[in-house]
Amino acid sequence: MLVLEQIHTYYDRIHALKGVSLTVRQGEIVTLIGSNGAGKSTTLRAISGLIKPRLGRILLDGQPIDPLPAHAVMRLGISQSPEGRRIFARLTVEENLELGAFTRNDKPAIRADLERVLALFPRLRERLRQRGGTLSGGEQQMLAIGRALMSRPRLLLLDEPSMGLAPLLVEQIFRIVRSINEQGTTILLVEQNAHAALSIAHRAYVLETGTVVLEGPASEVLASSQVREAYLGG
Amino acid sequence: MRWLVRLLGVVVLLLLAWRVAAVGLAEGYPASFWISQTLNGLVLGGVYALIALGYTLVYGILLMINFAHGDVMMIGGFTGFFALQLWIGVGWLDGSALWVVLALVLTVVAGMLGSVLAGITLERVAYRPLRGAPRLVPLISAIGASLFLQYSVLLIFGVTPRAYTRPALIEGGFRAGDVFVPYTGIIIFIVSLVLMLALYLIVQRSKLGRAMRAVAEDKSTAALMGINVDQVIVFTFILGSALAGAGGVLLGFHNTVVKFNSGFIPGLKAFTAAVLGGIGNIPGAMVGALLLGLIEALGPSALGIPTEYKDIIAFSVLVLILIFRPSGLLGEVLSEKKA
Ligand SMILES: Nc1ncnc2c1ncn2[C@@H]1O[C@H](COP(=O)(O)OP(=O)(O)OP(=O)(O)O)[C@@H](O)[C@H]1O
Ligand SMILES: [Mg+2]
Repeated sequence: MLVLEQIHTYYDRIHALKGVSLTVRQGEIVTLIGSNGAGKSTTLRAISGLIKPRLGRILLDGQPIDPLPAHAVMRLGISQSPEGRRIFARLTVEENLELGAFTRNDKPAIRADLERVLALFPRLRERLRQRGGTLSGGEQQMLAIGRALMSRPRLLLLDEPSMGLAPLLVEQIFRIVRSINEQGTTILLVEQNAHAALSIAHRAYVLETGTVVLEGPASEVLASSQVREAYLGG
Repeated sequence: MRWLVRLLGVVVLLLLAWRVAAVGLAEGYPASFWISQTLNGLVLGGVYALIALGYTLVYGILLMINFAHGDVMMIGGFTGFFALQLWIGVGWLDGSALWVVLALVLTVVAGMLGSVLAGITLERVAYRPLRGAPRLVPLISAIGASLFLQYSVLLIFGVTPRAYTRPALIEGGFRAGDVFVPYTGIIIFIVSLVLMLALYLIVQRSKLGRAMRAVAEDKSTAALMGINVDQVIVFTFILGSALAGAGGVLLGFHNTVVKFNSGFIPGLKAFTAAVLGGIGNIPGAMVGALLLGLIEALGPSALGIPTEYKDIIAFSVLVLILIFRPSGLLGEVLSEKKA
């Protein structure tokens, strides 16, 4: 479904991705793990079209999407819950969710999806009229994921959905990610919490300073001594 | 330093209050005078609000002062003038009331269209290529655009002011007690209010308005929602310019003339109003503009100085606001992202 071929990106002179290749197949949960500054968020930004790779190609169903602007990529069915949640603080929770469905015009179906998201995250329901900026960190994370779901994406990019959450909530978020996937959405999951991510993912890529150093089925990556030492605390 | 400035402010305010009291007691204007000045202030404030909203909308999204905005308004004033000539030519202004009203509405619409054309052209040519440049750069480009518009109009249409003919229907006014209320004043105020309400509804209730607010907060996340940020920026310029165009026509009817530099001073005043209310804040622009209109209408008499000096009062307000409350009356404290 999604293929990255030898992607190179730069922030001014910082060479952030040095030839990253990865594949996400229809129906999978693929996780991208790695230490701080490895280039995980950059990879997601490149897929979403927020930064242009200087070299390499990004293909969705065989069609190159790297030349497209971000808003056009989203229309092809790729949505992202970005790092740091990026909730629109001055807009209400409801408006944030409606913006997730900005590209759609089918009002009844949007309504139905709103119900679906609220069923997934019941805490958002009581806060629909509240400004996004007044939510707690965990609630904002739910809102960010819910907002990304509102477009009915084929491919959902999640950047550290468990960041800053209490352990109980982390568990809940991972359960929800898995259930979203079981309902048919393909997921590319970036995580610091490597253990939890590997336990729900089908396949995994390990990124280090802009290059993929390890890839394979999640169970194998989980078992590899390299990953154990680096990310799972031995 | 800070307390010194504040102390100075208090002293200035006390002096002002003393002056107002002294003049008020000595001159003893009748109440009807103050009432009609207040009405004048509201009318002027309504026009300022239409222009101020354009500054605030663009600032809210691009963090840029569109210095040419007053001149965009002037273009609307000119377009309205030519539309008016057309209606006069075909005799609509001599026709029945219905035709006159239609002609007036179409004049405002023409002014809006003229300004919109000018506004989106500027966005495309003078501002968009500079997006991402340091903030001073588009500001300088805007000053250049302002001069370009003024002197192009000067070159094409000359220095002679063009007269805005008021149809007989809206000439005159009525008396309420000792207070004379001109029809144009009422019309200008009502049109301003209606347009402000329309803008408010578009921004708060429509899908595009929601997109505008999202873009104002965070452009890249807005793009992740599938919002075409460039289009939303153009839409913002369209809204702001349309209001300015209407303001230009209303100001034309108010002053009965328009010329190449008609936009300059009202533009500065509206900018002052936007800053007074809190730049980037839509209700703030409305409140700031009405307040400024009132200050200008009442200030000279209250302070006992000739009305020719009313501009000094308006711009003193700008300086005082910038010193004491740069975020304006309704403005939020700037976040670090904006500062
Ligand atoms: N806007 C930027 N400007 C300059 N350099 C950047 C920018 N964003 C990221 N970088 C650099 O690019 C590299 C990759 O950053 P990225 O955000 O992709 O890392 P990450 O793997 O997501 O890290 P984390 O786990 O901390 O989120 C880092 O060295 C970072 O300093
Ligand atoms: Mg990151």
